Amino acid sequence: MRKYTPKDNVQGKAYYTDRFHVVPSVPTFDVATDEVFAKQLATLEAKVTIKSAKIMLGQMIVEINHEDNFKAIETLKSECDYAILSEMSAVDYLAKDGNFEVFYQLHNLKDVKRMRLVMRIEQGLAVESVVPLYKSANFAEREMFDMFGIVSNNHPFMKRILMPDDWEGNPLLKTYPLHGDEFASWYEVDKIFGKDAREAIGPEIRDQAQIDRYDTKRFSRVGYEVPFGADISEGETETPIEYSKTFLVDYQKADGSKPAEHRK
Amino acid sequence: MQQPNKLSPFFENLNFERDDNTMVINFGPQHPSAHGQLRLVLELDGEQVVKAYPDIGYLHRGIEKMAENMTYNEFLPTTDRLDYIASTSNNYAYALAVEKLLGIEAPRRAQVIRTMLLELNRIISHLFFVATHALDVGAMSVFLYAFREREFAMDLMEDYCGARLTHSSVRIGGVPLDIPSDWMVNMRKFCDTVDYELEHTYNALLQENRIWKMRLEDVGVLTPEDAMSWGCSGPMLRGSGIAYDIRKEEPYELYSELDFDIPVAETNDSYGRYRLYMAEMKQSTRMIRQLIGMYDETEPQLMAHAPQYISAPKEEIMTQNYALMQHFVLVTQGMRPPKGEVYVPTESPKGELGFYIKSEGEPYAYRLKCRAPSFFHTGLLQEILVGTYIADVVTIIGSTNIVFGEVDR
Repeated sequence: MRKYTPKDNVQGKAYYTDRFHVVPSVPTFDVATDEVFAKQLATLEAKVTIKSAKIMLGQMIVEINHEDNFKAIETLKSECDYAILSEMSAVDYLAKDGNFEVFYQLHNLKDVKRMRLVMRIEQGLAVESVVPLYKSANFAEREMFDMFGIVSNNHPFMKRILMPDDWEGNPLLKTYPLHGDEFASWYEVDKIFGKDAREAIGPEIRDQAQIDRYDTKRFSRVGYEVPFGADISEGETETPIEYSKTFLVDYQKADGSKPAEHRK
Repeated sequence: MQQPNKLSPFFENLNFERDDNTMVINFGPQHPSAHGQLRLVLELDGEQVVKAYPDIGYLHRGIEKMAENMTYNEFLPTTDRLDYIASTSNNYAYALAVEKLLGIEAPRRAQVIRTMLLELNRIISHLFFVATHALDVGAMSVFLYAFREREFAMDLMEDYCGARLTHSSVRIGGVPLDIPSDWMVNMRKFCDTVDYELEHTYNALLQENRIWKMRLEDVGVLTPEDAMSWGCSGPMLRGSGIAYDIRKEEPYELYSELDFDIPVAETNDSYGRYRLYMAEMKQSTRMIRQLIGMYDETEPQLMAHAPQYISAPKEEIMTQNYALMQHFVLVTQGMRPPKGEVYVPTESPKGELGFYIKSEGEPYAYRLKCRAPSFFHTGLLQEILVGTYIADVVTIIGSTNIVFGEVDR
């Protein structure tokens, strides 16, 4: 059977994968192999249901239900000494599993341990804000909202942070193209000149490498130069310019006078 | 109230009178002491800040989005544009995260060079901090002196990798180049210069300067609890009396072999943080001196040997068929790390710079999150500025040492 690939994922993809390529995995270890983590996991297990737990590359990864996030983080902060929330954000698994993975990267300064609390949440559902526990979540949750559209309940100021307030779409979704969507290409035109000017200006070209073959105002083809703005939809003729003659230095003049000192 | 229309746009700085006698002013995004594109909306009661709202996003380039659309090696030069004051620390943090994911380790000589470059970048960044911080507060001459030494450091970077700001001097799996001749001699001279100038120029100009102390002492006080809650790291965390340095606690590269101290400031204020930066520069030169001695004992190998992920050295590619084939596949398709996720913290000059990479076994990262220290330090401004006076706002912004390349990403 053909391998399933999500159709609406517009991110970079490998153009060729070997038929027999087997994807290896980073080795994971049981939480019981680390004393400190095992103790913390036991503390957490008493409060919330744990879906899975493992140690990967020296850090514990615990998966919980998304309803329990506040309770779990409260336990980790008060009972397991996780004093810092280093980072929190989400990963888009909408095409594959139909949900987001939200992760909280926690840091224990006392035991020098780091762990990641992950949870899956469907699109349209909100997570409980952890701003009352960690103020660093204030900006991080706003960024998650901005980039993925995941709302945090009871956040003091749930507003876009990096993108403009009137932006449409969430840039880090897999369905959002790198160079922006239709809305993005008209955003500045509408904002600066108004919607009436759309026809006169045209959409913003957000792909900087884009070349329009028939745009003779900004591009030209070597050897096929035409006047500025000429219409070449019917094809263009070869220009009779010989570059070698133009740029070569003519050392021996025809009348035998002194050779030219400069390029033409 | 203004009536904005197409011909007369809304001027943010024109009308700030409110009913309750507070005034709303707009600081930035083009203010010279906003350290980039920081827009700060301040509500003032007289000269006192009642409410502060940092508005960011003016330099947003979607670097995390770009990471999902670039192979791992392609993305490395993009990391230069995060904290553009010390690009090597970004390159390194990213390279280390990918190396952890791949399970490879750079050879010893590469480690020595990397650690040396990281510390050199720390000096560059800290000199920049002292220069701009002093300039913001009003001490013009410090700026000129500090930029003179920073110039020497950038010359050293230029000698090594050819670039002054956007270095890309680290590769996944090692470093691209060996140290040029005379570089170590110049480095040693530079360390001497920095040590001398720290003592005789910056400290002489600032440390006991009455105006400097009046402007900095007890300004921007950050309690340890708040520092942890706001996710502060690096000098902001150590400036609040918490002796936590990732280089010491979770050592990476050669930091476990180096002999250095972690300066901590107990005063929690801007002056303490300034002293901390000065002390850290001294530790950096101390580390570089030790690393110069370590270099000679190393083998000349610069890149890790991992044919599945890393191209062979150029001599092998040019002479051996299999190395060429493998190089061709790695360049055209990109390396495919194993499936898994990793978060690697490093101590950048600004604080904890970490990369979270989620790999699905593809040549493109499934998700890359850059944990930038300045992002969280900017969030802190909304609390730390409340209750201070308008003249201290600039001091506090300077003291947090934020760089907008990594705030907005």
